[in-house]
Amino acid sequence: MSAHADTHAHDDDHGHHHKETFVTKYIFSQDHKMIAKQYLITGTIMGVIGVLMSMMFRMQIAWPEEPNVLFEALLGKWAPDGVMDADIYLALVTIHGTIMVFFVLTAGLSGTFSNLLIPLQIGARDMASGFLNMVSYWLFFLSSVIMVISLFVEAGPAAAGWTIYPPLSALPMAQGGSGMGMTLWLVSMAIFIASSLLGSLNYIVTVINLRTKGMSMTRLPLTIWAFFITAVIGVISFPVLLSAALLLIMDRSFGTSFFLSDIFIQGEVLHYQGGSPVLFEHLFWFLGHPEVYIVILPAMGLVSEIMASNSRKPIFGYRAMIASILAIAFLSTIVWGHHMFISGMNPFLGSVFTFTTLLIAIPSAVKAFNWITTLWKGNLQMNPAMLFSIGFVSTFITGGLTGIILGDSALDINVHDTYFVVAHFHLVMGISALYGMFAGIYHWYPKMFGKMLNKNLGYIHFWITAVCAYGVFFPMHFIGMAGLPRRYYTNSNFPLFDDLANVNVIITIFALIGGVVQIIYLYNFFSSIFFGKKATQNPWKSTTLEWTTPVEHMHGNWPGDIPHVHRWAYDYSKPGHDVDFVPQNIPLKDGEEELQH
Amino acid sequence: MTALLTIIVLVFILVAIWQMVKIFDLAQAKNENSQVATDKDNTMNAYLMMGFLAFIYIITIVCFVKWGDLPLMSNSASAHGPTIDNLMIISMVIIFIVQTITQFLLHYFAYKYKGEKGKKALFFADNNKLEAIWTIIPVIVLAGLIIYGLNTWINIMGVDESDDPLVIELYAQQFNWKARYSGADNTLGKANVRLIDIDRANILGLDEADPNAQDDVITTELHLPVGKPVLFKMRSQDVLHSAYMPHFRAQMNCVPGMITQFGFTPTVTTADMRETAQIKEKVKRINDIRVEKSKPLLEKGEDPLEPYDFDYLLLCNKICGKSHYNMQMKIVVETQEEYDAWIKEQKAFKNSLIN
Repeated sequence: MSAHADTHAHDDDHGHHHKETFVTKYIFSQDHKMIAKQYLITGTIMGVIGVLMSMMFRMQIAWPEEPNVLFEALLGKWAPDGVMDADIYLALVTIHGTIMVFFVLTAGLSGTFSNLLIPLQIGARDMASGFLNMVSYWLFFLSSVIMVISLFVEAGPAAAGWTIYPPLSALPMAQGGSGMGMTLWLVSMAIFIASSLLGSLNYIVTVINLRTKGMSMTRLPLTIWAFFITAVIGVISFPVLLSAALLLIMDRSFGTSFFLSDIFIQGEVLHYQGGSPVLFEHLFWFLGHPEVYIVILPAMGLVSEIMASNSRKPIFGYRAMIASILAIAFLSTIVWGHHMFISGMNPFLGSVFTFTTLLIAIPSAVKAFNWITTLWKGNLQMNPAMLFSIGFVSTFITGGLTGIILGDSALDINVHDTYFVVAHFHLVMGISALYGMFAGIYHWYPKMFGKMLNKNLGYIHFWITAVCAYGVFFPMHFIGMAGLPRRYYTNSNFPLFDDLANVNVIITIFALIGGVVQIIYLYNFFSSIFFGKKATQNPWKSTTLEWTTPVEHMHGNWPGDIPHVHRWAYDYSKPGHDVDFVPQNIPLKDGEEELQH
Repeated sequence: MTALLTIIVLVFILVAIWQMVKIFDLAQAKNENSQVATDKDNTMNAYLMMGFLAFIYIITIVCFVKWGDLPLMSNSASAHGPTIDNLMIISMVIIFIVQTITQFLLHYFAYKYKGEKGKKALFFADNNKLEAIWTIIPVIVLAGLIIYGLNTWINIMGVDESDDPLVIELYAQQFNWKARYSGADNTLGKANVRLIDIDRANILGLDEADPNAQDDVITTELHLPVGKPVLFKMRSQDVLHSAYMPHFRAQMNCVPGMITQFGFTPTVTTADMRETAQIKEKVKRINDIRVEKSKPLLEKGEDPLEPYDFDYLLLCNKICGKSHYNMQMKIVVETQEEYDAWIKEQKAFKNSLIN
């Protein structure tokens, strides 16, 4: 590694020595900027699939008895006469969750922006290992392909919920989707984890070793802090999911009994003895909970950066922001049991997890207040990225607050696995992380493609999405509190819930509008690559190093020397300067003091 | 069909928006940074922020007024129910206050400090006092919630054997529930799925040699005597299920290979619950909806939906396969005399076997 870093340190003319072919430039590229774009576009495609699925099952929930031509067209044999089958409903819910959590909000979000921004913002020519980076992307691509292929297997895709709790996921006789569909799901996820680990190790090594001169850890933009800590959490927790997946594969294919015991199904006793599904739950959530922070921390980093830049103000409480990221990261690894209060786990353990879980509210509250204070007395530039950042804080607060209820084991008894949970996590990690991702895309699109996104389309995209997000998930809390369980194909067998049917129709209408309106964004995204306005070098007047690189991408990022860093990343509107931003590579003036932030 | 029409209308709206944006773009000055927000954009979005704040408040009020009449907030039917409901209400009030204030500050600042050319933001990077305040306040509030919550949790989950609870097994399988009463000895007989013998109608795998098993009673409806503590022992024969009894604020997973437990004391009989004003109103509302839904069925010559009357329910609340959405059991809470009469009519295990 040090040898590699060495070459980077003095190869100022590193760059166009060898001619690039189409394949090395666009397909098997080792350039972090191209890999970032590959992640983004693959993530976008997966996102479209995931959102389409949610629109389909929302229609099923709202109009359960009605045949639907869309189902007939898209689901084929799974929707005889256009009426959705109950098995495929569960499969849609399962794959929607898997795709959105892992493929869009982990790989699509973290993969894109860690790759794009880590080298550019710390002042490095590229990632520590361009080759590993390329392998990481192609493993992700392969796992995406396998996941998509799993949708077409004969007995149906995995349908045991994205948490794939055995025995349901382990026994093909328990459910059609637990046959070939589940095998492919597990293979896809195993490859995905390998990809994620390679990526994370690369990010960690790059941030530690390749910072440019002057870029101390306390001068790093918060984006980099967020990506760095995210990668650390990923390295700690993803291998545990891999082991859970491997053990499940063994139970499924080799007759071991890690998670299974005493099962009688379809008239026969199975041989499994001595395993426990609760063990799987522990292993799954040991990743599963940190995973939600793997999703949300990068979004927090992006939002912090964008808010500071567009408020023309330093981020408030830089050190507190770093401390809260560290606190969240630490706590995130010791709270997984709050998913298992009523799993049969010892109630005393439940008490411990309630305690640690509610503690997370403290660093989260600090972050929220710091963002709000960053806006105070700012000079807010309402670019689309800024709108999505403000929207992020709004949904993060709304969704985060209900975590106080769910994290409280006594209250969880009655809302566990109801729509209350669905509403909570969609707002706090689904919508919020998506907003963070959109904010990042609107903000760094000029850096990625050298073109500008159309701002008016961005405004329309944001406002309709914002209204729909609340329209979908706010009322959803209330049907959850009324006791409606999630993952029900239809509620018509429960007259008890008849008076909630109209709420479900309202939710679905908002969901459909919210889904369809993303076409505006997709149109904006893809057409701007070709027809967008040419970007200037630093369109948002930001201080970070990526805006000192030329608009045209080049291998090695800077044509001359790598800039040295003389100040932190948030010298916006600093007194004593004519302009309202001072880039990190500008030396301190005579007598100017670097803020003791 | 409704869905398709909705989508077509949406697509048309999109096309219209797209055209409008194009016109808007063409009308704009062709300067270099035309895709960066101008003062006009800042002002427009600042006003929209205030509009959005109003939207959040309105949707909150509408939800509470229209759907805030929740089983979770009142009329629980178990002894521990009110403690959960109180904690819930306290948490909700705290959440409501924090939500109202922080959303106001966020959107109001976004409105108030909208960007203007020539304005300079305040260079305000740090303030230890402020940060200490908003670290300490959450710490105090959460400490209170944690102590209160844990206290409630321990009281609910701790089973007091000296109460001599009625022991009942809840048995889950794809896709129905069975209840096993422990009989006069109040001890459940030993059981394992390996002992299931469908031909002999030993469907729960009871140990036929165990004397405790002889007087066990297996039923498909759950009857509970009011005011008597019940201790449920949960078992599943195939996959994970979750025994969810929302009216009693009770839930516990059923895990193959292990026995889980949950205890509570039902406090309101089904008959009494049906007479409460809240349930009467709910039943009426549901029946109005069912009459409405029956109209098209009658036109087609099909049977109308049956009128609804309130019953306590046990639902499955852990994804368990295709018919997860229809895995339920009726719960009847009744007086001790009614319960005694009912249980007397049920067959004891030793008499239910086919030889």
